[in-house]
Amino acid sequence: MSDTTTAPLTAKDFATDQEVRWCPGCGDYSILKQVQTVLPTLDIPKENIVIISGIGCSSRFPYYMNTYGMHSIHGRAPAVASGLKMTRPELSVWIVTGDGDALSIGGNHIIHLLRRNIDVQVLLFNNQIYGLTKGQYSPTSETNKVTKSTPFGSIDNPFNPAALALGADTTFFARSMDRDPKHLQAMLRRSEGHKGSALLEVYQNCNIFNDGAFGMMTDKKTKAGVTLMLEHGKPLVFGAELEKGIRLDGLNPQIVNRADYSDEDLWIHDEQDLAKAQLLARFFDDPREEGALPRPFGVLYAIEKPTYEKQLNDQIELAKEQKGLGDLNELIAGTETWEVK
Amino acid sequence: MAQPIEIVEEVIIKFAGDSGDGIQLAGSQFTNNTALTGSDLSTFPDFPAEIRAPLGTLAGVSGFQLRFSSNEIYTPGDACDVLVAMNAAALKSNLNHIKKSGIIILNTDGFDAKNLRLANYQDDENPLDNDSLAAYNVHKIDVTKLTREALKESSLGVKEKDRAKNMFVLGYLYWMYDRKMDTTQRFLTSKFGKKPEVLEANMQALQAGFNFGITVEASASRYRVQKAQLPKGTYRNIQGNTALSYGLITAAQKANIDLFLGSYPITPASDILHELSKHKNFGVTTFQAEDEIAAVSSAIGASYGGKLGITTTSGPGMALKAEAMGLAAMLEIPLVVIDIQRGGPSTGLPTKTEQSDLLQAFYGRNGECPLPIVATSSPSDCFETAIEACRIALRHMTPVILLSDGYIANGAEPWKFPNADSIPALETKLVNNIENIEEYLPYLRDKNLVRSWAIPGMKNLEHRVGGLEKEDISGNVSYDPNNHEHMVKTRQAKIDKIANFIPKVEFIHGDASDDVLVLGWGSTYGVSYSAVEKLRAENKKVAQIHLRHIQPFASNVEEILNSFETVILPELNNGQLSKIIQGTFNKEVIPYNKIKGVPITSNELFEFISTKCT
Repeated sequence: MSDTTTAPLTAKDFATDQEVRWCPGCGDYSILKQVQTVLPTLDIPKENIVIISGIGCSSRFPYYMNTYGMHSIHGRAPAVASGLKMTRPELSVWIVTGDGDALSIGGNHIIHLLRRNIDVQVLLFNNQIYGLTKGQYSPTSETNKVTKSTPFGSIDNPFNPAALALGADTTFFARSMDRDPKHLQAMLRRSEGHKGSALLEVYQNCNIFNDGAFGMMTDKKTKAGVTLMLEHGKPLVFGAELEKGIRLDGLNPQIVNRADYSDEDLWIHDEQDLAKAQLLARFFDDPREEGALPRPFGVLYAIEKPTYEKQLNDQIELAKEQKGLGDLNELIAGTETWEVK
Repeated sequence: MAQPIEIVEEVIIKFAGDSGDGIQLAGSQFTNNTALTGSDLSTFPDFPAEIRAPLGTLAGVSGFQLRFSSNEIYTPGDACDVLVAMNAAALKSNLNHIKKSGIIILNTDGFDAKNLRLANYQDDENPLDNDSLAAYNVHKIDVTKLTREALKESSLGVKEKDRAKNMFVLGYLYWMYDRKMDTTQRFLTSKFGKKPEVLEANMQALQAGFNFGITVEASASRYRVQKAQLPKGTYRNIQGNTALSYGLITAAQKANIDLFLGSYPITPASDILHELSKHKNFGVTTFQAEDEIAAVSSAIGASYGGKLGITTTSGPGMALKAEAMGLAAMLEIPLVVIDIQRGGPSTGLPTKTEQSDLLQAFYGRNGECPLPIVATSSPSDCFETAIEACRIALRHMTPVILLSDGYIANGAEPWKFPNADSIPALETKLVNNIENIEEYLPYLRDKNLVRSWAIPGMKNLEHRVGGLEKEDISGNVSYDPNNHEHMVKTRQAKIDKIANFIPKVEFIHGDASDDVLVLGWGSTYGVSYSAVEKLRAENKKVAQIHLRHIQPFASNVEEILNSFETVILPELNNGQLSKIIQGTFNKEVIPYNKIKGVPITSNELFEFISTKCT
């Protein structure tokens, strides 16, 4: 069924005829657009792409993508995707999930997915709120958040998705935002290119129930001062004029004036350095606080490890090689039989 | 002079001891050896939930009952002819379970002051010293001492030597029943081949037990049970969970698709995971998931990708899987959910048998969610029932629930196994002619209301599925009220139509002209068979049918039920099928319920049915 004559795919080929039903102004629109823009450039046959989602606003995503897709049940997309990828390793499997879906009801599945290192992409739309159920706090909401279910303010400490993922031994963690299409596209490409579980956290604005949750990080006027755009092999620098840098004093990150240090003395980003990635994951300050560390965006951590499905299917192939293809009659009879005449 | 060997029709032996005494191993070894003699047999392993329950206590007694016979048999029997009691607790908890003048083989070392106290014997009371066992033929053997004596040359520690006690007893029984010991010797060699000292000790203990029999033969009789006149063919011994595993592999091969098992360990289902994980060369993928929900969800993922997705569990696990089973029902993809039932609710009685998940299988999901249910009736029947569950799942694009139980799962019996070539191929709904499809309509149905199965990788058939209600035919999300009602009714009708694909129920005993019908499902098959057979031998007009398909019922079940005024329904629950029969056919049945974690005995059922025969 090779079809070499067709024109290259475009974003339009990935759109469906279904009306997109997110609220006007939702950050999900941008993410959908960037995914539809990136997928045609990846040289993957469209029929080999599968998007599996759970439940929540973000999880409507598969309906808007003209690929194979499943809108599964709350929190379980990683488990469904695991079964699919294990048995069909040639497919490009994407999980679309939200902060409640992945980190609350599906918390168990996401950590096990990451530790197994199954080669899927996880797009974690983090809007720090429950949208589809109309505005309760989520496991990533900041403390003291007043919502419908927490009229006196929330008490729970929020999850730090980067730290959680590294704690589960992820082989890839990146962060991006809905308001930076170019960066998001680049991160989607990096996630897809990673052999293993890739967790891409996308800060996504819910303009109805949690508008402006990431405002300082996404607003052009404040963004440069509170965000840190990571690049492998480059020093950690930020600020409107990139005038600030981060240097490590032992294990303590310090914000310094770039003018006072040569770039070689600054923290040089190394995606493969777990210890540094763990420090970066802890750059989790409230950007409104004085002296807050900037929030890192980009690939915090990426290493190569054998994937689960590769090792699993190697075992199956080895068994076939060593024992030969199974023979049903031998299996059923076993080793001890007797005749009744 | 060698004592003559007495030929007996049948024997029921119960091995009993601490759960660390190797009772299950000795029992299953004796069973495998018995199978090769050609007797018919049936087993009932019965053990505590704890791996090493408190030593010496009544709660810690592990038992293994084996019945073997020169006649065809259908149950592991009621009271035993021979009890092997490794300690006082084992004796006490089984004494009312042994025939008068039966043989009791006692390990005297298990009757010291501590063991007697733990078994709740009163002060100074020792059944070895008083006349409480006068009605029995007691073989007192100091197994511990004799085993240590036999192994005095071994460099193993005392604790390790004592672990071979079960082999000593097994050797003694092999002598008593005039057996060769080659099956166990082969087993020990393969199990302990890498630990020569342990192997040697077990072999020596086994031989010492046999030799002990020869030495004391003056005081003990020997017995032999002749071959049973089973139907002609080639047989093997099989356990329920093993047969079930083989059935699943066979089904996948016959459907020409790969098998995927997503499972989370749970008693008494784990052995299926263990068994299937050995057979990777059949293209079998097994996945030990992080929990029950991930187990079923991964199987759904595999089925979505065109594999035969299976998940195995027990009652508490199926409760956790309920939402995902509903998803699979909405997706209309093949999936087999295997529930090896145990005592419930909640954690209940993990190692004890019960048939109490039937209503869960029927109704245990949100919304209108009918699923086909099949039930297996004996260890060897698991093979065919597993194939049947897969056949329905693949042919009708639906999750199917297969119900077994702990009694069937761990029990063993001779199996006249089929030639695999004679098993018909399984049909799937996989889309194969994809060239001519203009617009793929995932919920377009055939005349049996079954949709087609397009899987990722098939060009031009990209489509979305999910748990939201679908528009008929297109499969797009739809909140339309009329569409929803139509889809609910369609999904029900799809399940109902499966009745056209399942065989009619046939009488096992008798026919519609009899007075009383014994209706059953699942593991009560054997006990119903035995009880009805005995009643018919007394010219009682009792018939028997047994259901494999419970949802939908075979098309003639109603007709059969209505031709009897008296229908007796034995179940290991509080009357679950009785409720369903009443609700479905408006037919009053007489339930016979037992909820004690153990099977119904043929005597008690015989007595009960007798009272209903006029």
